[in-house]
This record gives sequence, C-alpha cells and structure tokens, in this order.
Amino acid sequence: MRAAAEPLLSVRGVETYYGNIVALRGVDLEVSRGEIVTMIGANGAGKSTLMMTICGDPKPRSGQILYDGTDITAMPTHEIMQLGIAQSPEGRRIFPRMTVMENLQMGASLVDPNHFEDDLKRVSELFPRLKERLHQRGGTLSGGEQQMLAIARALMGRPKLLLLDEPSLGLAPLIVKQIFETIRELNENEGLTVFLVEQNAFHALKLAHRGYVMVNGNITMSGTGAELLKREEVRAAYLEGGRH
Amino acid sequence: MEYFVQQLINGLTLGSIYGLIAIGYTMVYGIIGMINFAHGDIFMIGAFISLAVFLLLTSVLGFAFLPVVLLIVLIVAMLFTSAWGWTVERLAYRPLRGSFRLAPLITAIGMSIVLQNFVQITQGARVKPLPPQIRGGVTVMQGSTEAGTIVVQLSYMQMIIIVTTLVLMTAFTLLIARTSLGRAQRACEQDRKMAALLGVNVDRTISLTFVMGAALAAVAGLMFLLLYGVIDFYIGFLAGVKAFTAAVLGGIGSLPGAMLGGLLIGLIEVFWSGYFTVEYKDVAAFSILAIVLIFLPSGLLGKPEVEKV
Amino acid sequence: MASSTTGVKVSGKKPAGDQAETPSRGHAPSPAGPGGGSRFQGSLRDAATAAFVAGVLGFFFIGLRTDIAPGGLDIKARWTAWIVSILVVFAGRLALNLFVFKAERPVTLGLAAQLSGVGETLPGLSKWLVRLLLVFALVLPFFLMTVFPSKQRQFIDLAILIMTYIMLGWGLNIVVGLAGLLDLGYVAFYAVGAYSFALLSQYFDFGFWMALPLAGLLAAFWGVILGFPVLRLRGDYLAIVTLAFGEIIRIVLLNWYQFTNGPDGISGIPKPTLFGLEFSRSEDGFAAFFGLEYAPIHRFIYLYYIILALALITNVVTIRLRRLPIGRAWEALREDEIACRSLGINTRNTKLTAFAIGAMFGGFAGSFFATRQGFISPESFSFIESAMILAIVVLGGLGSQIGVVVASVAMIGGIEMLRNLGFLTQIFGSGFDPVQYRMLIFGLAMVLIMVWKPRGLVSTREPTAVLKEKKRIGAEAVAQGEGH
Repeated sequence: MRAAAEPLLSVRGVETYYGNIVALRGVDLEVSRGEIVTMIGANGAGKSTLMMTICGDPKPRSGQILYDGTDITAMPTHEIMQLGIAQSPEGRRIFPRMTVMENLQMGASLVDPNHFEDDLKRVSELFPRLKERLHQRGGTLSGGEQQMLAIARALMGRPKLLLLDEPSLGLAPLIVKQIFETIRELNENEGLTVFLVEQNAFHALKLAHRGYVMVNGNITMSGTGAELLKREEVRAAYLEGGRH
Repeated sequence: MEYFVQQLINGLTLGSIYGLIAIGYTMVYGIIGMINFAHGDIFMIGAFISLAVFLLLTSVLGFAFLPVVLLIVLIVAMLFTSAWGWTVERLAYRPLRGSFRLAPLITAIGMSIVLQNFVQITQGARVKPLPPQIRGGVTVMQGSTEAGTIVVQLSYMQMIIIVTTLVLMTAFTLLIARTSLGRAQRACEQDRKMAALLGVNVDRTISLTFVMGAALAAVAGLMFLLLYGVIDFYIGFLAGVKAFTAAVLGGIGSLPGAMLGGLLIGLIEVFWSGYFTVEYKDVAAFSILAIVLIFLPSGLLGKPEVEKV
Repeated sequence: MASSTTGVKVSGKKPAGDQAETPSRGHAPSPAGPGGGSRFQGSLRDAATAAFVAGVLGFFFIGLRTDIAPGGLDIKARWTAWIVSILVVFAGRLALNLFVFKAERPVTLGLAAQLSGVGETLPGLSKWLVRLLLVFALVLPFFLMTVFPSKQRQFIDLAILIMTYIMLGWGLNIVVGLAGLLDLGYVAFYAVGAYSFALLSQYFDFGFWMALPLAGLLAAFWGVILGFPVLRLRGDYLAIVTLAFGEIIRIVLLNWYQFTNGPDGISGIPKPTLFGLEFSRSEDGFAAFFGLEYAPIHRFIYLYYIILALALITNVVTIRLRRLPIGRAWEALREDEIACRSLGINTRNTKLTAFAIGAMFGGFAGSFFATRQGFISPESFSFIESAMILAIVVLGGLGSQIGVVVASVAMIGGIEMLRNLGFLTQIFGSGFDPVQYRMLIFGLAMVLIMVWKPRGLVSTREPTAVLKEKKRIGAEAVAQGEGH
C-alpha cells in the first residue's frame, strides 16, 4: 500500500489547546525518511507544543497525525513511542535521581535487552563524556552533559524518527557545534530521520535539508534550509545577532 | 534489663507490621504524590480475607498442617487484597489524575469510609476473635528480681513476623533497585511525562504500585490477625495513620525509610506503654511525628525537599 | 465498575488540561467501530469484566461471612447474595455503558446541559439566589411548622444540624479554601469549643452566652498553639500533622478522666437563654413572659436562629476579611508562598491568623453543639467529623461560600433523609436497616461527586478585587496554587 515517497511523519491541520488557550492553529508539515527537518521560531511560538502533540501529550483538538502510515492522533503516548519515535524533550528531562546508566536503560525500555550492550557502546562512542560518568546521578551532570544524555537516551530506543527539542539551549557554542555534528553523522551514516526544533536558527538551517518557520502557532514559511537562510524575513527575525 | 529486651522484641514485631503497611503509603506517595488514605483499610481488608481463607481451609476443608495452611492463606490474601487495591485506584484515583491535589485526597477519604462500612455491613460490626494458632517460642534470657523470675520470650509468631518482613523488604528493595519494573516506577516518580515519552505505560505502572502496596498490606493484615487474634472493621484507621506516620518519619518515598519508621513507631509505642501509660501510647506516636516533621521535614532517610522557586 | 467513569464529562465548560480534548471513555481504545452491534458487544464485554471484578472482590465479603459461634468462629456461605451482587454490577455497568459512556447521545447529556446552564447563568442570578436563600433560611422554621406540622421538630432539628455543618464548613473554608492550608484536624477546635463550654458550665456555672466568646477564644488560642509548630510544613505533611493533633486532643479528652469525665462525657450542659429567659415551662420562662402557651418547639426555633446567626456571622466575617489586606495575603499565600515572602508578607503571622480565625469559628460551633445536645463525649469528635467538614468544603468547591451550603444540604441532609426510608424494609425484608448504609452511601457520594466534578459543585466565585470588569474565577484557579 505504502508508496516509497510517503513521508514518515505527516501532521495535517493540527490544532492544540491548553484549556481555552490556542497553542497550535492548524499546523501542516511533513518529514520524509532520511531527512533532517527543522522548525525555527521564537519563544512561545508553539514549537515544543508541536513536539509534544506528535507524542500524544497533549492531544490535538482537531487534525490528524500520521506516522509510518498509522494514524497516531488518538493513541496514548507510550504506544506512540513504541512505534519507533524517540524524543529528547524541552528542558532535557533527565531523571535526576537515577544514574546515567539507569537513564540510558530507561531509554532502552522498549528495545530487546540483547541489544543493550551494543547500543551502549555506540552512544558511548558518540558521547565519550557520558562513558566517564556512567554511575553518576543524572542530576549532578552539567547542562551540556545532560543534553548529551538526553540525546543518547533517545538513541537507546533505536528510533526511526528522532525528535529533538532545542538541543542547543543553554549550551556553549563549542558543544552546540559538537552536538549538531553528531546529528549530521547519525543522519548521514545511519539514515536516521530527525525532526529538530530550534531557536538557534542559523545552525539548525545549515544542518537541515528542509525547514519550517513557526509564528504564533502557525507555519508561515517553509523551504530548504539554504532557501530559508537567504530569506530576508528569516534573517531579520531569527538571524541578526543570533549568529555565533 | 530483661523487661527492656522483652519490650524491644515486642516493639520490633509491631514495628514490622507498621513497616509493611508504611511501604504501601510511601510507594504511592512517591509515585503520584498523594496520601492513599484508604490504604489502612486495605490492610483491614487483607486481615478479613486472611481470616476467611483460614477458616475455609481449616474448618470447612479440614486442612490441619499449619505451615501449608498459612502459606495458602498468605498467597490468597495477597492476591485478593491486590484486587481491592487495584480497584480502589481505578475507581477513585485514576479518573482524577491531573486534577488538583485535594481531589484525590477527598476520594481517598471517601474510599476509606466506603471500605470500612462495606466490611461492617457484610461482616458485622462485632470483633472477630481467632484463638492463637502458633504457640510457643524460645527463651532468650532469664533473670530474677525480687518479684520472681522474668523470662524473655521470643515467640515463634514473632520470629515468623520479623523474618517474613525482612525477606519481603529485601525482595522489594531489590525489585525497585534492579528490575525494569522498579526502574519504570522510579522514572514515573521523578518525571511521569518523560517516562511516558520513553514508552512506559504510566497508568499500568501506577496500578502495579497500588497492587504491590496492597499485597504487602495483606501480609501485614495476616500477621496482625495472628499476633493479636482479634480484628474488626475499624483496625485500618489507627494502623493506617500510624503507618503513614512511620512513612513520613522515615522519609516519604524511601523504602528503607518506611521500614525504619515503622520499627521506630512500633518501638516508641511499645516502650511508652511499657514504661509510662498505655492510654497515651498513640499520643506519643503522634507527638514524635510532629516533632520529627518540625525539625526534620524530609524525614530520617528522605531526600531533602527542594523548594520550587 | 471496573472501569473509570471519566466518560461522564458532564461539565459544560471545558476543564483545563489536556484531558478535555481526549474522548476519554474508560481506557478502552475501543476497536469497535461506529457499528451499533460492536458497541453493544464492547459494552457487554466491559460489563462482564466489571462483574468478574465484583465477584472477586465480593467473594470473601458478600459470598462468605464469619461469625462468632460457640467454640470459635464459624463461616457461612451466602451464595445468593454474592450472585445477586455480581448480577447487579453487571446490569448496572451494562446500562451505564449503553446509555452513558458509550452511547452516541448519553442520557445524562440533557441533565448536563441543564446543569451547566445553571452554572453559566449563576453569576447573574447569584445575587438574587443568595438573597432568596437568606430569606428562606430566615423563615425556614415557620415554613416547616406550617407545612409539616407533624414532623416540625424533626425537620427543625435537621435544619439546625445542616446549619451547624454550614458554619463549620465556612470556618474551615478560611483555612483550606482561602489560606490553602490543608487541615484534617478541624474537629479538634470543635471539641475545644464544646468542652470549654461544658467544663465552664460544670465548674463555674457559666451560661451559654457567657461561655461562647471564651470558647471561641480558647479554640483560637489552641489554633495558634497547634498552628505555630506546623506552619513550616507543606500541604500533605500539614494534613497528617493536623490529623494527628485532632486525634491527640480526642485521646486526651478520652483519658483525662478526672477533668473531662473520660468516655462517659459531660451531661447536663445548660440550654441557652434569651436575655435570661429560659425555654421552660416555669413561671419566668420564655413562654410565660410573652404570654404564649408553652411548647417545646420554641427552644428548637431559638436554637435554629442562634446557629443561623452564628453561621451568618462567620460568612460575613469571611467575606469582609477577604477584602482586607489579611484576606488578600491569605489568597496570595495559597497561590504562591515563596512569592509572598519575597513581597514582604509575614507568612507565619498570616497563616497563624487563618488558623486562629478558623479555629475560633470551630470553637463557636462546638459550644453551640454542646448546648444543643446537652451532652458531649469524645466520641462526637472523631476523625470522621473532620473528614465530613473537609468533604463539604471541597465538594462544595474550594473557596466557595455558597458551595458549602449546597454541599452541606446535599450531604448532611441526604444522609439524614436515609433515616426516613423505613418503607424500604417492605421491599428488602425486615432485616433491612437503611440507617446502617448511611455512611457507606456518604462515602460513595464523596467519591462519585469528586470524580464527576473534581472542582466541586459550585466551581466559580466572584473575585474580591475588581479591576474595571468582573471576571469569574474558576475553582481550578483556586486550586492551582495549592501545594507549595
């Protein structure tokens, strides 16, 4: 049934509310297999809400979300995640009173335990810093280490689609560069599909194949990363002064 | 000295029972941050089920070999009491998940009233006496005073209670620390949303927490029945309040803390009755609670509360 | 029974949070399509599950019964009762599924629309409603006397009882609803008030009116004493410590035999007088003075007006206080304690005042209770009373004054009405005693109302500070700040 060109994730006309406050006003977007897609927008534009809506918490009031041909709009969060989506959410949400190892084990909850050793080795190679701290509590890590842990934890779930919510937030430019480099490697070497939400528009658009711009719960622009980087509106709103 | 040792043994026995109930409070509080007020009554339900199973086995089916009987009673009581714990969560707490904090507390108090009155109506208000089943014990030490000789006894019953509690405690601590279920539980405790994002079925994990707490309460109920030989529909309230006190004393959310708190409350109660007045033993336990909370708000083994700013 | 009842979203407003958007019907992802047949099958399966769970739960309680028999305990089987209980659950669950949870148009929808309609128009109506209620309360005794002359005494007594709980609810509302301090031991202050009056009358011959202010002061004093050490505690810890204090006071009353007469209680507590006039048959009694024919009902009417006045005072004081800086500080404290501190509010004193004022009204109510009963014992001040008062406050809608009235009438009145269901013995046989089901039904009602309307029955109230335009405040806003 599925055509090869069918996108891995497609969001159609999704509206999400918090109580009576509208957060997303009919969002349409698509992420194809093997793509890095980014969404940029200011604080409070609804980017994180979109990320969470894809994962089923909160549920959209209207619209449809399809993942790999399955309608996941009404599914409970844990069932959506079982389909091969992983998210490194806003604020990292490391389990502070668990060790790094346990955090990674949590990430691998849905994966055959036989893969655990291999996967652990793989993320240790990606983030050597974590390997040194395997038995340290999550809450004692530095911000950058926590961000690495959040991404590593998401990767432990062997996702087909990786959702990254502001991986650069609050990090030193050097680490941001490193993390974005890792994302690119994962995409190029393993074909991982990545949907990335960023305020750091310059880096994100340079990295991504395609991008969307969100303003006030609406998607106002879309195009390839390079196209968007050239657009005057984008430069004015998100890039001037934002370039590191 | 002999008197002291005897009281120590009695205190540890009582404390074990409180500790087992306290674990249910501490686990539920840890995972969903509510006082499961009906938990004391789940303990009472466990005691009643134990009694019924025991009578069924002995007087109806004619089983006589006590160890087997008690083992069957234990297992059946744990299973059926778990069903009660599960149902209470399902009916009274789950619909209110995400609601404001007082709502589940009110349904918990309502559930407590329902359980007490349900048992009172179906089983009668009068106490149910059960003659002591496990007799005898070993003499730990002996001493003589002017009044005569004092024998310090560790009865088999007390031994069973303390040993069972130790075994269950160890098993549970390992379960929480090592297994994926325990990890999922701790994850839900720390960040429910994130746990769901990692594919943990949060509702199921919470249900299982209630089931585990209820199963331990059933064990406590059976032990209470065997130790005191008298139960009625009201035993859950005071035992529940004291077990919660124990959980808070030990540091809520901490399993070893619950056990430690249980033992301390048991000891305080027994020593107070032994050396001061029986009437005010509950006052002593509650005063300790107040004092501990005032000077050590996170309990003895609890993690210090980080103030939200 | 086994599944949650979230399906009944009866509230007309959208509750805050994500649940509103989810068509949460139990938990079943419901593979059944829109076809009527499969929906019926699903309902059937669900009802069967519920019946199974009921069977498991009821097996050792309904199916079997242990009783004291000669030579130990005896166990009897009651299979009919057990099977009937399973069938009842099955039928009930099936009916609920078909007509409410999974129905295309739940039968409760009409009811819901009506109820929410009431809710929406309430603010406009509320002023009139409140006045109407007040007038009704004022003429209630005479209304009852003319409409139910044969049962006047019983009904006035019930009105007094309900009014007592309204007053207690309003008193506790200051602590829980306004200041956001969860108090599970409110009955302690009720007890202090009752015992203060009883003991003052016993040892010093105080009359009700003399003792009333003293009882209130003593209760407030105890409020401060108990409040002082626990104020640093957070919500749930505070709850458990106040519960413990309530129990301590009860245990002390029970065991301090020389002073409080222990479990035997204190009897012969004097009735209140009207400016020295007693409600008795004597020459200088109330009836004789006014040239009326003596009737015992006079005293009940008098008691009713006393408690009405006391309750109204509580209400007026609360409403006035809410507009004063201290009231604002309470509400601010409930919302965010840390913010309060950073604004220079003395949180300790603010909390203590709330505790003390709440306790004082509890003390007044306690004195009234003592004089109405003429006899008190520690039994009347057990935890269940605290739970009932708290239930009234929360079920009514946290912080809502009118909600307390609604909840008191519904819960206390409803419970007492069960006493009048004697005719049910004709259906269920003479062994059936509705009174013994009172508390069971009370508990169930607490659970069901809370699940049905987590924000309480009256979940909106007028704001106290108004800028240009009045907006209603939802109970969710009241509750949100809870828990710092």
